[in-house]
This record gives sequence, C-alpha cells and structure tokens, in this order.
Amino acid sequence: MGVKLLLEKAQVEGIRSYEVYRREGGYRAAEKALKTMAPDAVTEEVKKSGLRGRGGAGFPAGMKWSFLAKPEGIPRHLVCNADESEPGTFKDRYLMEFLPHLLIEGLLISSYALGSNATYIYIRGEYAWIPDILEQAIGEAKANGWLGKNILGTGFDCEIYVQRGGGAYICGEETALIESLEGKRGNPRIKPPFPAVKGVWDRPTVVNNVETLAAVVPIINMGGDEYAKIGVGRSTGTKLISACGNINKPGVFEIDMTISVEEFIYSDEYCGGIKNGKRLKACIPGGSSVPILPANLLLKTAKGETRYMNYESLSDGGFATGSMMGSGGFIVLDEDQCVVKNTYTLARFYRHESCGQCSPCREGTGWMEKILKNIDSGKGKMSDIDLLWDIQRKIEGNTICPLGDAAAWPVAAAIRHFRDEFEWHVKNPQECVTRNYGLAHYADPLEVVG
Amino acid sequence: MVQFSEEKMAKVREIIARYPEGKQKSALLPVLHLAQEVYGWLSSETMDYVASLLQIEPIEVYEVATFYSMYNLKPVGKYMFEVCQTGPCMISGSDAIIDYIKQRLGIGVGETTPDGMFTLKTVECLGACGYAPMMQMGKHYKEHLTPEKVDQIIEDCRKQAGQLN
Amino acid sequence: MPEEKKLFKVTIDNITVEVEPGTTILNAARQIGGEVTPPAMCYYSKLKNSGGKCRTCLVEVAAGSTADPRPMPKLVASCRTTVMDGMIVKSITSERVLDARAGVVEFLLLNHPLDCPICDQAGECHLQDLSYEHGKEGTRYEFNRRTFKKHDLGDYIQLHMTRCILCYRCVFTADQLTAKRVHGVLDRGDHAEIATYIEKSLDNDFIGNVIDVCPVGALTDKTFRFKNRVWFTKPVDAHRDCSKCCGEVQLWMRGDEVFRVTARKDEWGEIKDSSKGSTGWICNECRFEKKEAKDWVIEGPTKVSRHSVISQGHYVNVVKPKETLPDVMGGRAPKLLMNIHNVSEVNRPDIELSKIDGPAHSDDFKK
Repeated sequence: MGVKLLLEKAQVEGIRSYEVYRREGGYRAAEKALKTMAPDAVTEEVKKSGLRGRGGAGFPAGMKWSFLAKPEGIPRHLVCNADESEPGTFKDRYLMEFLPHLLIEGLLISSYALGSNATYIYIRGEYAWIPDILEQAIGEAKANGWLGKNILGTGFDCEIYVQRGGGAYICGEETALIESLEGKRGNPRIKPPFPAVKGVWDRPTVVNNVETLAAVVPIINMGGDEYAKIGVGRSTGTKLISACGNINKPGVFEIDMTISVEEFIYSDEYCGGIKNGKRLKACIPGGSSVPILPANLLLKTAKGETRYMNYESLSDGGFATGSMMGSGGFIVLDEDQCVVKNTYTLARFYRHESCGQCSPCREGTGWMEKILKNIDSGKGKMSDIDLLWDIQRKIEGNTICPLGDAAAWPVAAAIRHFRDEFEWHVKNPQECVTRNYGLAHYADPLEVVG
Repeated sequence: MVQFSEEKMAKVREIIARYPEGKQKSALLPVLHLAQEVYGWLSSETMDYVASLLQIEPIEVYEVATFYSMYNLKPVGKYMFEVCQTGPCMISGSDAIIDYIKQRLGIGVGETTPDGMFTLKTVECLGACGYAPMMQMGKHYKEHLTPEKVDQIIEDCRKQAGQLN
Repeated sequence: MPEEKKLFKVTIDNITVEVEPGTTILNAARQIGGEVTPPAMCYYSKLKNSGGKCRTCLVEVAAGSTADPRPMPKLVASCRTTVMDGMIVKSITSERVLDARAGVVEFLLLNHPLDCPICDQAGECHLQDLSYEHGKEGTRYEFNRRTFKKHDLGDYIQLHMTRCILCYRCVFTADQLTAKRVHGVLDRGDHAEIATYIEKSLDNDFIGNVIDVCPVGALTDKTFRFKNRVWFTKPVDAHRDCSKCCGEVQLWMRGDEVFRVTARKDEWGEIKDSSKGSTGWICNECRFEKKEAKDWVIEGPTKVSRHSVISQGHYVNVVKPKETLPDVMGGRAPKLLMNIHNVSEVNRPDIELSKIDGPAHSDDFKK
C-alpha cells in the first residue's frame, strides 16, 4: 500500500459529517495554522512542500500564492476551482462528495494564508447534488466555530460560498472561471493582468484546484519538508488519479508518485489490468488534452527506461515520445478501440466547448472535427491527414487561452503515433466502418494479460 | 406572469448577499438555475424577470443563458436524459446506449416524446468517466448504464409521474 | 521639479522607436507605420478593452527587454502586450509570424461567405485588405459554410451575421457610447453570433457608430444599401451644427447627391478625433437623416491613400487568372467558393452577374 494523505479516511463510515471527520483528526491542521502560525508561515510551508497545482498545469502552488498582490484596503479572494470538466477526470468530484470537510479545512487554512475573508467554490453545474453536500459541511463547520467571524479568537473572519456553473468546460480556465463567477459568459481574459493582481471584481485573486487546496491539510499537519519527502524529484506528495476506460477497476486512486505506469495499470491495488483479458493499445495519461501514447511508449520511455506515474517521467521525451501528468485523468484504450474515432469524439468535445472568442480556436476546432468525422466514417482523403496536422499546428500557441492547445495536442499526438491507423481508414473506406484497425506494432511489449 | 414565490425571493436575496455590494450580477448563474428549477426552462419573459431582479440589462442575461449548456431555452420533457458521448464514455459503449434509448423512446437526439415525458440529449463529458456509460437526469447521475438499467429508469420515471398526477 | 519621463526604446523589424511606457507593441509599430505595423481586426484604440481576440496582430518577441533579454516562447498579441525598454520585436521579418498570420486569415475566411461582389463593405473592408496582404490563395476548407438565422436590427442597421468575424467592437461601442446595450454576443464557439435574442431594433442616438467600427460587412448602413460601390463615390469632409455630436463627418457623394454619411477615419481605419479633441463619434441624425448637400458645410475632398481602391475608382493591375480553380488548389474543388446566390440570397439568382453591363447596381436587380 502506498501512502495515503487525502483518501486515508475516505472509507470511514460517516466521514462526510463533521463529528466523524473531527473525531478522525479533522481540523487539527486548521487549528495549528490559525493558532500557531502567521499567514506567511503557512505560505512558506506550502512552498517548502513543493506542491504543484493539481488542476493540470502543475504550477507550484506556493509560488502562485506568493504572487498575490496585497494592496492596502482592497479585499483579496481565494477561489476554489471545482469546475472539473477535463474528459477522463473525476477526482475532485470524489473528494467533494466523500470528504467535504477535508476541502473546507483546506480552504480555511488557505484563506487564512492569503487573507481571503470571502472564499468561493466554483463547481461545475452538472455536479448538481454536490453543492448540497458542501453547503451542509460549511454549515457544520460554521456551527462549530471554524467559519464566520473571529475564528478561534484569532480575529480572522472567513465565509465560504458555493457557486454552480452553467455547463462550460472553458470555465476551468481560471480567468474564464472568474468571469463566470462575476455572472458573465465564460470568455477567458486576455493576460496580463493576471488574477493575482486583478481577479474577481478586479481584486487580487488566487484560483486553485480542489485537490491542491485539500492537500494543504496534510502539508500543515506534517510540515512542508516532510510532505516533500514523499514522491520523487519535483513530483512531491501524493496525486489523485482518476482511471477510466477499458480497465477492470475504474475509479479514483491516490498514488505516491514513485510507482510505475505498468504497476498502476496491472496491479490489483489500482486499475487491475485490462478488461476482458484484452491487451493494452494506448492511453491518455493526464486528461483528454494531453498526448495519447501507444502502449510501448507508455510503459517505457523512448530510452527504454521504465515510465513512472509522476510529472517528470510522464513527460519524458517531450511531445515527441512522451505525454503529461495533466489533471491525472487516466484513460485506457484496449485493442478493440479505434484511435481515429476516439480523437474525433475529443475534437467534437473541444469544438463544443470553445468559447468562440478568438479565431484560431473558434474556427479551427470545428474544422478539425469535420475532417476527423470524415476520416472516421471512411470519407477521408490522404491529404486530410497532413491538413489536420497543419490546422492543429496553426491553433497551438496562437490562442488566448490553453483550450487551443488542449484541442490541438490530442490531434497531433494521434497522428504522430497512429498515422498508419489514419491511413488505413482512408485506404479502406468500407472496412473501417465495420472493423477496427487493431493493435499493429504499438501494442504493449509485455505479455501480461488480464 | 413570471414571479418567484416569497420563498424563492428569500433564496435570491441570500444568493445576492454572497457577493460584494453592487456585484449582484454575480448571482446570475445561480438565479438562472433557480428559475429553471421553477419553470423548467428559460423563456425570454423569465430571463427579463431575472434581469430585473439583478438590475442588469436583459441582453446580459441572454448572453449568459445562451453561452452555458445547461440552460434550456426551449421547453423540455418532464425527464431529460442527457447522455455523455465523449471519448471515455464512447470507448465504454455510450453509442450503443444512445441507440437503445432512441429505439426505446422512439425519438431522436434533441427530441421529446409526444407525451412530453422524455427528452433525449447527447452531451459532452460530465466527469463520470470511471462509471461509464452514464447520463444525467435532473439533479443526479445515472451510471454504469446497460439496456436493462435504462428500462428500469424509464419505468421508474413513468411510475413516479403516475403517482404525481 | 517633475522628473522627465523616461521613454522606452523598442525595435520592431530592425527599426527602433522611442515610446512612452505603457504603449502597446501595436501602437509603437503604428508610430513607425508602413508594412511593419501588424494588421488589427478586433483592436480599436478608441474602444476600451478591445483587442486580443482576432489574433491577426501576433508578433514574435525576440527579446523581452534589456533587463531580461529572453525571448517570449509564444507569439503575442501586439495589441495587448505593452513594450519594455529594449524589447526586440519581429513582425514581417519573422517566418513564424507570417505563417501564423496566414493561418489566422484562413481561419477568418473559413466560414466567410466571400460575397464581396454584393457586399456594401467591399472596397473599404479590412478583411479584404487582410486577405490580400497576409493570406494565401484559395482555401482548404471543403465543408458547407456556417449560416445564421436572419435578424432585423431596425431601419438603419443591416446585420449580415455570416460576414461577422466576432471582433466584439460593436458590443464595446454599445457599452461605451450608449446607456443601454440591447445587442450582444449570443451562443458560444463556432455558433456565437451578434444578435438581440428577441427581435429588437437598435435605436440609440449613437448606435450608428457600430457601422463605422465594424471591420467587415456585417453591420452596414441600411440607408446606403446597394446604392453604390464606395469607390464610385467621392468622400468629402463636411460639418454641421449638431446638438448631439461633433457634427464633423465625411459625405460620400456622387455629383451633388449624398449617398452616405460616416465619421471621419484615420489611416488605420479608426474614427478620428474631432476638432474638439475627443473621438469623433457621430449621431444617428447626422448619419442617417442628413442626406442632402444643403444640410452640410462642405470643407473639401477627404485625403484618401493613393493605394486605396476608393481613390483609384477602380482596381489597378488586375490580373485575371488563366488557370482553373482545381489547378491552383492542388486538385481540390471547393464547392461554395463563389456561389453568392446560395449564401446570401440578396440578389435574384436568375440574373447572371457577369452579364450586367458595367458595375452592378441595385437597379439591375429590380428589372
């Protein structure tokens, strides 16, 4: 068993309630932080912990906090990004649903560190039942003196509010989220200014992912240095991975980032191997935006070394032969899956979710979707493959926000690693609608089955 | 005429109070959810009413309501099946489930049954990839869908509707 | 004694200019002028918050500043990036920029109907200029172009949503010039559109300015619709005493007839400042209702760049292509490229444009 820092108590009966959470040691970190530490000392611990943003970009959380502007007389806000919408990702939902008080405690400590007296949880609208759970937890915390005015007699005031989104992937981008929180369309802002200077209502704002903020609790409990000892290199602490697709045990797992990808997929403690005794074909290891990898490059790097479930190892080889940790949405494809079709559904997703503000993304995502649909249904041309490549290249890096990149990367990686499968679709227009291309040469090098 | 009950008005006031003075526009998304809960969908009258509650221009409400995918701008059935079709659900068999529901209800995607009971919609990723195939029905998710489970859900809906009438 | 303000040195395509801190790269380039100035389809210096969206003004920052000379990894929108002292920028000297710009042009034209022959904006359209200067021949898009439900914005303003590039300028104009905005951007992604949701006419006193800020033919003057091609009309500067606006306009005339009234534009196509110093927005009365020469005091002909179609009265050096379309398109045969009738439904499809003697006029379609 690996180290569990977040989900350790997830299975405890009644852990959703304040009493049980408190009895199990909950709010100890909050007490420690508020009573014995100065706000800056809390930030210092988070910096020392090496905690990286768990939403996808992996930016060091403590550093982000230290950028927050603190002009006299202007309120600051902490906003919790619970707009979890990246296909393959459902870890934050699990945390909020089963351990609401862990998040509330993390939010309280972080609000204290940042000086946020009004903290907002922006949750995706489709998670419609979770605000009730969170609001119940907030009510309990408040009734027990953990929120409200003059918390623990420290003079610190803090309220936490939950706001539901209206259904838009783009609101996971922090400036789009801020716009949405202000009651506007989720159009990402043009930066600079950054939220740390001008965020919600033009006030300095920090936006952090649910898992990031929950991780502040164990960091304060054990100290940043101890937390940093878990894991490897710049991948410190534990990471929640939501695994899905053609595996025996889809679900949310907490890993310390020293285990290999192979162990994660095949061990019974985690994914439990490929479903129905089939073989592994490919995997998108960090949410739909990150490059898909064929089995051989997933389990071993291009240098032939074992690939591990951490930030550095998953991106080893760059985009040429590697991928990214991203949001930890681990999507596994077995030998029966069609990479072209999968890429098409993702392109459709990004077209649907583009806000439409900037031209490369607004026009390019729809164009890619149409071409992929053609290829998938046997109506593609050989030149379409190069055209797709050129379109994604012209979107990437040229848009206002990272959605452009997120739409471009899956298409680029699919063509990079599975070009033969695209070509086969073009060459076999009838067959490709009835039959799958199969494993070809990118099957897993392991003879492990089921 | 569109008019919230006193209870809903109290909720609106509570929502507005979450935000700083003068930033009541921030309450727009939650208040639209509230209006949709009451009326089932957002007519232009309802949106104009919400605009008046928040002291903003009606166009600011239209801009927002048309941007987000969860607001119904047309009437929908009593029960709405919103089936996820994105990558992870697709590789877990969502296409077959969508086809099954179509055949079972005798409607296409985006349509409502003649009795006004069911609307079928396909949606993009709902964040339940590990429990695929799945769909949203009202406030809740229905996960690990199979044809049998779909049958059961439809039957339960009919039963519930019968009891309500 | 107030300290003398330090100016920032910025080098754009090897030309160095000194600008005030806070100046954007685009405005620094405009101070240099000419070809190094990036094109801007959505940025409008007179409209707060505009810019950043169309991505045509992307440039490469080869060195961030003297203090931190590292290059910026991505191309940046020059309209929203401020200069630093010692910054080195590449616009037309960067292959990356030219490539990205050509890409943006292709994206902007992807769903554009290319109905220039029947578009009132033709001849003064920024998208035409952009495509001509930065685009490639032909398109690689082989799908049906996007269409929209028609919306009526009232008696003065004609909306052609198919031509819109979603620059948001008209939204900012309504926000910043009128007390009550009734139109906006609805829906999202590739279906986003300028509309009022429920049919409403735009009738604020200053709303006519959306026509002048629109870079394409999406918002045009209904009172000028199909009346004439802009290059057959002569622009003259004129003014009148107006209680609502500066009253300083351009009349677009042919003989003694006033075809159209617009605000006065500068070399970047933006509305100029009036003699009183503020932006020369004009009111609806001046724009739509004063259509006789006697309403105005005429100052003299407007200076028009000699490169403009408008000053020539015709296109110069037109080369008619000899190759067939599939030849230049690498075997591809786009279906809808010039099928004006299907796309716009403005003119009668039974009238063959090429058979009309001389330039087409709205009268030709009334026969």
